[in-house]
Amino acid sequence: MIWDWDWTREILPELLTQGLLVTVQATLGGAVLAFVLGLFVALLRRSRNPFVSRPVGAVMEFIRSTPLLVQLFVVYYVLPDFGVKMTALMTGIIGLGLHYASYTSEVYRAGIDGVPKGQWEAAIALNLPRHWIWISVVLPQAVRRSLPALGNYLIAIFKESPQLSIITVVDVVGLARELGSERFRYLEPMTVAGLFFLLVAIPASIFVRRLERRLGN
Amino acid sequence: MIRFDKVVKRFGDLTVLRELDFHVRPGERVTLIGPSGSGKTTILRLLMTLERVTSGTIDVDGQCLSHMKRGDRLVPADERHLRRIRKKIGMVFQQFNLFPNMNVLRNITEAPVRSLGVPREQAEEKARELLEMVGLADKALEHPSRLSGGQQQRVAIARALAMEPEVLLLDEVTSALDPELVSGVQDLLRDIAHRGDLTLLCVTHEMRFAKDISHRVLMFDQGRIVEDGPPEQIFSEPAHQRTREFLQAVLDA
Repeated sequence: MIWDWDWTREILPELLTQGLLVTVQATLGGAVLAFVLGLFVALLRRSRNPFVSRPVGAVMEFIRSTPLLVQLFVVYYVLPDFGVKMTALMTGIIGLGLHYASYTSEVYRAGIDGVPKGQWEAAIALNLPRHWIWISVVLPQAVRRSLPALGNYLIAIFKESPQLSIITVVDVVGLARELGSERFRYLEPMTVAGLFFLLVAIPASIFVRRLERRLGN
Repeated sequence: MIRFDKVVKRFGDLTVLRELDFHVRPGERVTLIGPSGSGKTTILRLLMTLERVTSGTIDVDGQCLSHMKRGDRLVPADERHLRRIRKKIGMVFQQFNLFPNMNVLRNITEAPVRSLGVPREQAEEKARELLEMVGLADKALEHPSRLSGGQQQRVAIARALAMEPEVLLLDEVTSALDPELVSGVQDLLRDIAHRGDLTLLCVTHEMRFAKDISHRVLMFDQGRIVEDGPPEQIFSEPAHQRTREFLQAVLDA
């Protein structure tokens, strides 16, 4: 099999515009959801009320212990039976966001635990109200500590986003497969798709590593 | 102002304070000395509500710290009760504990704004006055990590004073400082002590500083007060053998 440069040039624009757009939307949408939801989950799991912390913990354990693929299937094919209707991409973003929230919540938990005890004590000694201790002292420091790990999950979400093609989202990989099936030739489209991930993921990892060093943990 | 009544504090099997009784009058400046592990810091932490007593009671300004009245029953204090009493007390820590996510000015204004509801401009004006007093007027917008230990501790002192406490607790505030920075912080505290009617409770290993600022010195050993008197007496003619040994050891160090 010989690399077909003409065909590569022909499919490249479509892969880079249409496919890339969907992949980026899925990644950023899923990541934003995972980062926000994860923070709330981390806080709920710390709740002193066991009727809040226990169920949230159990749901997250459940999500973490089942494959993303199965969860995507359930959200896409089962929820409509209960009258929940969304586009495939929207479903995918929610699936990714929920799944990775179970991981990011652990990142935040570690970040919160890492805030020195002295910070709490100083805040109490200053008589700051409980919620302000969280908002202005603990969370800013915890989130800062969490940034490198969150960056790694952003990259992970990016690389896992092709799984959405199973629920008919046409991302870069999904599009490559479509293009390939037209000619029964997968070498060029899949290689281009793979390279695209490589070109984004490598600089992103380097950036995260720099961030890690700069924040000193 | 402050009254300890049969206060016991245990951490697991370890008894840190044994039926401790003592009383501090308003405006009185008291230094707690004694070997490490004798319970001095625990006393400050109990007052600041960072720890809870195992038994006994602590009163601050006539109000019980650990319990409150509901109807005619005594129940454990809730957050609101604690916050009302905490308002009277400020604390400066050995490790400064400035908030690294805020600049110096914000470190000082955060609590007055969030806790007392002081308007931000007013809090900042006050903060700048305090910074002037501690000699750091030009560092208002600096990040705490760019300050020396001594400067950080001055900011922490300004931060505590911004809440206008009636009682100030100083927990080995110069122990973490480089030797050449100690005297600056001590001079500042001496000024503050002699200026106002602040009630001061101070844990320190610096005997000269203790002598300068306090009306009264309490010598602790193994969770008990072994000697209680004016600094002149304690430092020049200690009555108790344990005090003599301790002072000798500190002076030799």
